[in-house]
Amino acid sequence: MDFYRVLGIAPKLQLNLNELQQLFYARSRDLHPDRFARAEASVRDAALNESSLLNDAYRTLRDPRQRAEYFLKHHGFDIGVQGTKDVPPELLEEVFELNMALEELKAGDESARPQLATARDQFSALLAQSDVELDQLFDSHDAAPGEPLLKQIRSLLNRRRYIQNLLRDVNGYLSN
Amino acid sequence: MGTFQIDFGDSAKTERIIGIDLGTTNSLAAFMDLTGPEIIASPAGDRIVPSVVALLEDGSFIAGSAAKARLAEHPDHTLYSTKRFMDRASSPLKIGDRQITPPEAGAHILRELKVNAEAFFNEEVTKAVVTVPAYFNDAQRQATKDAGRIAGLEVLRLVNEPTAAALAYGLDKRNQGTIAVYDLGGGTFDISILKLQDGIFEVLATNGDTFLGGDDIDQLLIQIALEDIANEWGAPIHSDTAALETLRQAVIKAKEQLSFTLTTSIDLEYKGKRYQREITRDLLERLIQPIVERTLGPCKQCLEDAKLTPADINEVVLVGGSTRIPLVRKAVETLFKSKPHTELNPDEVVALGAAIQAGILSGEVKDTLLLDVTPLSLGIETMGGVVTRLIHRNSTIPASETEQFTTAVDGQTNVLIHVLQGERELVKDCRSLARFELTGIEPVSAGLARIEVKFLIDANGILNVSAKDTRTGKEQSVEVKPSYGLTDEQVEAMILESITNAESDIRERQVREARVEADRILSALESAKQNDAWFDLPDEDKQAIQTAHNELLLAYHGDDHHLIMAQMEKLDQASLKLAENMMNTAVRGALKGTKI
Repeated sequence: MDFYRVLGIAPKLQLNLNELQQLFYARSRDLHPDRFARAEASVRDAALNESSLLNDAYRTLRDPRQRAEYFLKHHGFDIGVQGTKDVPPELLEEVFELNMALEELKAGDESARPQLATARDQFSALLAQSDVELDQLFDSHDAAPGEPLLKQIRSLLNRRRYIQNLLRDVNGYLSN
Repeated sequence: MGTFQIDFGDSAKTERIIGIDLGTTNSLAAFMDLTGPEIIASPAGDRIVPSVVALLEDGSFIAGSAAKARLAEHPDHTLYSTKRFMDRASSPLKIGDRQITPPEAGAHILRELKVNAEAFFNEEVTKAVVTVPAYFNDAQRQATKDAGRIAGLEVLRLVNEPTAAALAYGLDKRNQGTIAVYDLGGGTFDISILKLQDGIFEVLATNGDTFLGGDDIDQLLIQIALEDIANEWGAPIHSDTAALETLRQAVIKAKEQLSFTLTTSIDLEYKGKRYQREITRDLLERLIQPIVERTLGPCKQCLEDAKLTPADINEVVLVGGSTRIPLVRKAVETLFKSKPHTELNPDEVVALGAAIQAGILSGEVKDTLLLDVTPLSLGIETMGGVVTRLIHRNSTIPASETEQFTTAVDGQTNVLIHVLQGERELVKDCRSLARFELTGIEPVSAGLARIEVKFLIDANGILNVSAKDTRTGKEQSVEVKPSYGLTDEQVEAMILESITNAESDIRERQVREARVEADRILSALESAKQNDAWFDLPDEDKQAIQTAHNELLLAYHGDDHHLIMAQMEKLDQASLKLAENMMNTAVRGALKGTKI
């Protein structure tokens, strides 16, 4: 996995963000094109490619979810958006109620508005909770790597993305 | 200053790199001196080169102060604020009966700075770091680089203006913390937020408006004055370019004064007519309030993108002439809740920063590194006129993204990729950068071809595209068709033209300089003829001087500067005896007045 290699770290899911930043700065000092302005063209090209890889790596790995997606992709998982179309079973009831409220609101029934606000708070809480779960799964996987855990991470990420989309829609309706 | 670690070793042998601030209104060059960055003054002692280009009667171009001096009298033969047109690099601007593209106009200004620097160092200067507004898009950056090439300067790096300013401030004080740079210049506005730590300048986010600056304030004042004048003089002056230019200069003067006084007047004299109007700071502030407010939106977006609140900003730095306006300062102070830094001259700080970046590239400045970002998201056109984003704005550069492409029709050998820059969803709302054509694809069944295209934004913020056929592993050729910029062939043609012109420019300059020197000698001779020593001189010496004098006059009106110099030398030799006698006379005269 190039993103871990270019930063010089072992491929783990749990990363300390402060340490990651210090590593990024240190590697930037070594690889940035500014350091090779006087070098010949082939060296300059190599520095350009390597430092863009470093920047791409830092940008991806500092975000836990992007990091997880990168990790999954490199373990043979297809992390597309198709998974987000299926409603996670445990959310079926909430989504059903939300859709009812949205229909009422569209029909001009303002009494559904407080229900939307409740839904928003509920989804925000679920989102925060999924971040905690993801963090725990990272630790579990780093301690004892295995495909079952990666599968759990993938379904958690899909679930999270679904909640995030719901939240975006609700916020959209609430701000109108 | 004095905190730079300077390497006196191998860097002393490497070629000099200067830093250039190519501004909308004014341009400056600076270099890395032993103690820190310094502005390069022109031989006449000017630190600033006005960004004005003029076409002379003999068909030659000049730039800088001399060009600015011609603005009012020859408005149709001068160009100013051409930086505002850099996003339409291939659309020519009219100057007299000629047409030049915005990069060519920029090249004239850069060449003036180059010549000044060469006079300063007494050596050829061919490498530079040039600053650009942080919010410049790919086309504007490419156009700036082209301007450098046309001027005979290899632009080793484009640096964002607010980042350069941060370098000039931060290096000096070895700062740690988070700083915001608010840069309101003549034509552009930028806001950048940086994190400083142990010599690393990491830009967290940037935002701005490349069509917002002091020029817009001038226009507001001009509109008011135009209405007044139409009423007072009984006829509008809208179509009189010379009158408009005189008015513009009067308005700028009044605007600048209002940063220091509460009331002043716009004072215009034109062809025997006079217009005067008192203007207060209060009125100016009410007029420019909307302009100042237009800068706050980008500031807030920048904070949001950096995931910060105003309370997280430790220091604020002001850059650009328009930040001298008290209302602007007040607005910045209110938003960021801290008093902005103004210790360094806001007109010079960007050039100083460019010189530091030049020092970083040459290896003179160690331990300092700039990590800048791309101001705009980059994407490609996909089905239905929608933009698929590949590289998001505020990504640290260099940044890259790889995308797979295939063919839609059996035997298809070309694929066209439309690249756009901007934050909107639809192609029509984004800025078209270029169309990249992948050519010579091996003809196979539809959907079977596998072309991997790498989009890479380099450290200058300029896009590079390369492609590879992943089935054969062969490099795929990519043909670039810029949407608004110049093609490589056009730039090459301009370079050729400028080299031809530059040769005749240099010859003319040398003749002019020789004549100035001859003038000095001839007038010295005239006054010597009034001296007692002249009358004491033997006739044959007088004759020799007269002959050399006549020969110099003949050479003077020719265009061979070598001949002028040779004749000057001859006259100098012929007058040796005279000079000696004059010296003795002077000594005697001096002794006469002394008591022994």
